[in-house]
Parts: sequence; structure tokens; C-alpha cells
Amino acid sequence: MTRQKSRSSVIDLDLIMKGRKTTGIEEEDICIKVENLNLFYGDKQALHGIDMHVPRKKVTAYIGPSGCGKSTLLRCINRMNDLIDSVRIEGRILLDEENVYESAVNVAALRRRVGMVFQKPNPFPKSIYENVAYGLRIQGINDRKTLDETVENALRGAALWDEVKDRLNDSALGISGGQQQRLVIARAIAIAPEVLLLDEPASALDPISTLKIEELINELKEKYTIVIVTHNMQQAARVSDYTAFMYMGELIEFGNTSHLFTNPSKKQTEDYITGRYG
Amino acid sequence: MDINKIGHHISRQFNEEMEDIRNRVLNMGGMVEQQIEQATLAFMNSDLEMAEHVIQQDEIVNSMQMQIDKECTEILAKRQPAAFDLRLLLSVIKMINDLERIGDKAAKIAEMAIHLNGTEHKHKSEDYYEIQHLVGMVKEMLHGALDAFARLNVECVLSITGQDVKVDREYSSIIRQLVSRMMEDPRNVKRTLDVLWTARALERIGDHACNICEYVIYMVKGEDVRHISREELQKKIQG
Repeated sequence: MTRQKSRSSVIDLDLIMKGRKTTGIEEEDICIKVENLNLFYGDKQALHGIDMHVPRKKVTAYIGPSGCGKSTLLRCINRMNDLIDSVRIEGRILLDEENVYESAVNVAALRRRVGMVFQKPNPFPKSIYENVAYGLRIQGINDRKTLDETVENALRGAALWDEVKDRLNDSALGISGGQQQRLVIARAIAIAPEVLLLDEPASALDPISTLKIEELINELKEKYTIVIVTHNMQQAARVSDYTAFMYMGELIEFGNTSHLFTNPSKKQTEDYITGRYG
Repeated sequence: MDINKIGHHISRQFNEEMEDIRNRVLNMGGMVEQQIEQATLAFMNSDLEMAEHVIQQDEIVNSMQMQIDKECTEILAKRQPAAFDLRLLLSVIKMINDLERIGDKAAKIAEMAIHLNGTEHKHKSEDYYEIQHLVGMVKEMLHGALDAFARLNVECVLSITGQDVKVDREYSSIIRQLVSRMMEDPRNVKRTLDVLWTARALERIGDHACNICEYVIYMVKGEDVRHISREELQKKIQG
């Protein structure tokens, strides 16, 4: 029953997309396919038959009220939920047609391909340079030239280089929250992932730092597929190409961001984004 | 669509602001309707006092437009509305422009009434039988368009745009009549031209009423129906 419901929401989307001539997602442009995903925390089901396609090199935003399962779904993509004992997952998540839940999958390798940034900046208590170089060092890369180049490129990619280039050896804990968050993004992109998962990356930051992160997301999508969870609907509207609205563990509506924010197809979506009670 | 859709926000203040905007637009619409009524009466009956009144009212309509514009801007800045709320505000911002233009047309008709009154060509209302029918049709269209906005009802739009086709036809036939009248007796040219400008103003009011209908469809359905054929319009309204 639940599965049928969420399937129908995806089918509706296809119809709307064809009808409106909005950018449909072509098969080869799909980076991540979520297929009939159910997730249980113990007896409690948190995700109900999620089906969705995340397009490659685009920004996809998950929105929805607290507890709707958007962070849970995000964390499924790089198997962060494996760390929680009571979690049971059914269904598949295909990253480039490969199921990340196959037993043969090396989780560490998966997380190198799918980087993640959290709400609160979590730099290591090391220097700025060592934070970015960390991912390479644990892969056994210690060549100074390679490290220097990668650190610089990653910091430039995260729009932080100009601000920290003269104090690379200072502690990462001494820079501002907004800079720390960009440093964490630099650390994530230093190991050249395919996908970046951002779990409320700007919710602990001031408006200016938030705009810098948003600008950065816009630049990063040229190279990476980005999935972002945010409570800030205007932020989702600003930064994402596609938006998924989730409610009580179900995917209610998924589609082109500009369409979803001007003329959503589902009443539940409309009620949520316009601040109405259903 | 349910007209209560404007309410039901978690923020009661937001509900009140949106409801206020809707009421102000309806007031402005009512005022403009009254302006047309009085301007055409003033024109046909050479009623100088009423014509002056219509011209004065135009200033009130103008200030209503600015006030509604300001309120819409404030809501956009403060609340970042989405979906229906956003479409409503965008539609209102455009709609009040059309209403203000209609008010200008009514004032123009009133000015012509004053102008004619100053000439030696005093006239009776039956001299203006050509435009009487047109006045009725155009008033009906504007009333229908405002009603569609008030009730969020797109069903009646087709009949209003259908009426516009008839208005255009009526306007062409008025021009033909007036041209032949001018040819019959050149002494009629001055008066006839005034009738012609009035007919033109009324025809434009019909176009503005159609624009308002298009905004109402965008507001209710999220479909931009400008510059499409009547068949496509029908499909979008029913779809």
C-alpha cells in the first residue's frame, strides 16, 4: 500500500515533467537510484518504499518537517546508518548502477566516493593543511608535492584558499564557523569524490557565511553530484535544481525546484512550503 | 478552488495580510466599476458634475494602486511566499496595473464629456445609442473578471474572453457607422470623433478585463495562458 503510494507520486512527476517540458532526467544522467527503500529503527519504520533518481552533477535538495526521514535517507546513500545497531534496511541504492548495500561493497571505498558534510563544522584538531591532507595521508599518499597541490586545489575549490593561504599551519579550530565549514568541504573534495552529501551545511552559520556556502554549492555542482538536506526552504529554492518533499517517511513529491516552489502538484507539498496546516 | 485557501497559514498575521490585500483589490475593482458607470453616464447625459467626480476618483484609484503595490512588496520581502501565495501576489501586482489603466480610461471618457459640454453641440443621450450596447458588454466583462478573482473561479473565464470577441466586433461596427456618419455630414465630425474615442476606451477596458482573467487562471492553476489560442485556453482551464 505504502509502496504503491510513493510509486504513484513518482509517476505523477513524470507526467508533469513531460506535460510541462521541464528538464526530464535522462537515464544516463542518473547518478543515484533509490529503489523501494524501506528503513526501520527497531520496530519503527522510518522510510516507506522510497523510489527516486538523483541526477548527476545537479543539486538535489530534500525538504520536509523534522522527523520526516530526510536525513535518514541522505545517510543511507553512504551507509552512515550502518553505524546504528537497530537499523534494518530493505531495498536498493544504486550508485552508478552498483548496489551500495551489496555485501561485497567496501564501505570505506564507498565513503571515499560519497563524501559527507554535517550541520556542525567538525574540523580535526590539527592544522588547516593537515585537515585537508588527512584523506590522502590515510590512503598512504605522503608525497609533499602531491599533497601541496591537492590541498591548494581543494581549498580553492571550497573558496577558502585566499582566506587561509598565509596560515595553513595554524590550527583549524581558530578559524570562523563559516570558514571551518568550507574547510570541511575542502577536506571532503580533496579525495575527489563523485557525490557530496550535505546535511544542513549552513544551519549553524550567519547569513553571509550561509551565502558563501550556497555560492560554493553552485560552483561545486559542475564537478560533483550534490544532495543537500535543509530546513531552510528558501535555501532549497535558491541552491537546488531538483527538490524532494518528504513527509512521515514517504516521498510525497519530487521534481524540478522552480516548478515545486511555484506550482506544486501535491496539496501536502503546497501546505508545507506555504506554511499552512494541512 | 476553495476561497478559504487564502487563510490556513500557521501565521495568523500572514492570513490577515493576504486577506487584506484581497479585500483592497476588490475595493479597487468596485471603485473602477463605478467609475466606468459614472463616466459613461456623464458622457451620455452631459453631466458635468458627475464627470468631475469621476476625474477626482481617479486619484483615489491611483493611490489604491500604490498602496496595494507597497503591501505586496512588504509581504514578498518579509515572508518569501511560495506556490499559491506567490502566484496570488504576482497576479495582484499585475492586476492592479490593469485596474488603474481602466480607471484612466474612465477618466478620459469623463474628460471628453466635459470637453463636449463646452462646445455649442449640446446633445441628448439618444445621440449616443452607438456606444450604449458596448458599455453594457464591457461592464459585464469587468464584473465577471473581478468575480472570478473574488471566487477563485476560472470556469467563467471562457465566457468573458468570448465576450471580448463580441466587443471587438461591436467596436468595428461602431467605427463603420461613425465613418459613414462623418461622410454624410462633415458638421458631425467633432462629435463623432468623441464617440469614437469613447468607443476605443471601452474596447480597451474589455482587453484589460481579459488580462485580469489571465492572471486569475495563473493564480488558481499556475498556468501562464497569455498569448495562446482559445482552444488551448479551453484545454488549460478544463485540464
